Amino acid sequence: MNLGKVFSEVNPLLLKGLWITIEVSVLSLLLAFALGLCTCFFGMSKKAPLRWISKAYVGLIRGTPMLVQVFYVYFAIPQLLQFMGFDVRLTPFSAGLITLTLNAGAYMSEIFRGAINAVNTGQMEAARSLGLSQAQAMRKVILPQAFRICLPSLVNQFIITIKDSSLISVIGLAEIMYQAKIYVGRTMESFATYTWVAIYYLVLIGILTYVAKIVERKVQI
Amino acid sequence: MTAQIIVNNLHKHFGHLEVLKGINLEIEKGQVVCVIGPSGSGKSTLLRCINRLEEPTHGDITVDDIRITDPKVDINRTRRHIGMVFQQFNLFPHLSVKENIMMAPLELKLKTKEEAEQKAIELLERVGLSDKVNAKPRQLSGGQQQRVAIARALAMEPDIMLFDEPTSALDPEMVGEVLAVMKELASMGMTMVVVTHEMGFAKDVADRVIFMDEGIIMEEATPAEIFANPKNTRTMEFLKKVLSV
Repeated sequence: MNLGKVFSEVNPLLLKGLWITIEVSVLSLLLAFALGLCTCFFGMSKKAPLRWISKAYVGLIRGTPMLVQVFYVYFAIPQLLQFMGFDVRLTPFSAGLITLTLNAGAYMSEIFRGAINAVNTGQMEAARSLGLSQAQAMRKVILPQAFRICLPSLVNQFIITIKDSSLISVIGLAEIMYQAKIYVGRTMESFATYTWVAIYYLVLIGILTYVAKIVERKVQI
Repeated sequence: MTAQIIVNNLHKHFGHLEVLKGINLEIEKGQVVCVIGPSGSGKSTLLRCINRLEEPTHGDITVDDIRITDPKVDINRTRRHIGMVFQQFNLFPHLSVKENIMMAPLELKLKTKEEAEQKAIELLERVGLSDKVNAKPRQLSGGQQQRVAIARALAMEPDIMLFDEPTSALDPEMVGEVLAVMKELASMGMTMVVVTHEMGFAKDVADRVIFMDEGIIMEEATPAEIFANPKNTRTMEFLKKVLSV
C-alpha cells in the first residue's frame, strides 16, 4: 500500500505504457476523423447504396460493445480469412488501432452529421445563391461553422477513445493498463498501482481538456 | 425584345400542398417588380424558383434567354448572374464583413484577391459601411447586416437581384437604410424582383406591382393603379388591411 515505493517501481512501466496509449489513441483519432467525415458524407449522399453503407456501419458499431469489437478484429476476422485461404495475422497494436478507428469513426460521423445539420439552412442557400456548388458551399461555409459546433462533442469523443484504448489490453497491447496488470500480478500492489494509473489518465485527459478549451476559444465566431 | 425573366405556367407542390398554381410572368430588363400579398400566398416560393433554390414541379422559367428549368443547365453558373437577398440576411458568421463579400468571387476564381478586396471596399462604401470592413457580422445591427448582404450579392456583378422580404426581420428604425440602398440600386437600372410588405417602397420605386394570393397572380398593375384603384376584390381587402395600419 506504499504509493511512493510503488511509484518508483511502476513509473517506468506506466510511462512506457502511456506512450503506447497516446500513440494508438492519436493515430486512431486521426484516422477516425477522416473515416467519420467520409461516413457522414456517405450518409448524406443522394445515392442510396452509400447511405445504406453508412447506416449499416454506424449501426453495427453502436450496437455492439467495444470489447466484442476488439475480439472480433483480433481473433474472429483473421480466423475467417484463414478459412478463406488468406494467412492474416494482426499484431495487438494494429488490431487495437483498427478497432479504435472503426469505433470512434462511427461515433464521429454522427457528431459531424449533427453539427452539419445544426448549421442554419439559410447558410447553404446564401452560398448556393452566389453560384457556389454544393461541395464549394460545404467547404467554405458549412464545414467551418459545423467544426466549431462539433468541437465540444469531438473532444468528448477524443476522451472516450483514449479511455477505451485501455480495453485493448485484453489482446495484449502493452499500453498503460496492460503494464499495470502485469505489475499487479507480480507484486499484488493493486491499490497503489491502479491509483497511479487513474492519476495518469486524469493528467492526460486534463491536458487534452485544457488544450481543447484554448482551441475552442480561439475559433469562436 | 424578349423579357429578361419569363415565367411560364409555373407550378410548385410541397407534398400535397400546391403553393404555386400556374404563374405567368414577364419582367423586362431594368424593371423593378414588387410582389405583395398575404403570407402563404406563394410570393417567396415564386422568387426562390427564379434562381432554383426551389425546384419547380412544373412549368418553365427563362432568365437571360437561358431556360433555367432545363435539367441540363448549369445552375451554378446561372446563379452568378442572379443575386439574392434573404429575410434573415444569412451572412456567413465565421467570416468578416469583407470576407463575406470576397468569398464567392474568390472561390469561383472570378477575381484575384486584390481585385476582390478592392471591389468589397467599393461596395461597402456604396452601402455606407466603409468603417465595418473588418467587423464580424454579429457586431452589426440588422440593418447593417442586410446592407452587407446586398453588397455580397452585388460582388458577383449580377444583372438581376431578388429580394425576399429584405426588411421584415428588421427593427422599424433600420428599415429606411436598407430601402435607401435598394432605391439607389433601382435607379442604376438593376432588374429587381422584391417580395415585400413595404407598401411605401412599392409605391415609390416599383414599375409594376404584383398581388399574389393562394398561389395565383390575382392582379398586376403599376403602383399608381393598384394602390389607387385595385380591380380585384382580394387585392382591395388586402390593401385595406395593410394600409390601414
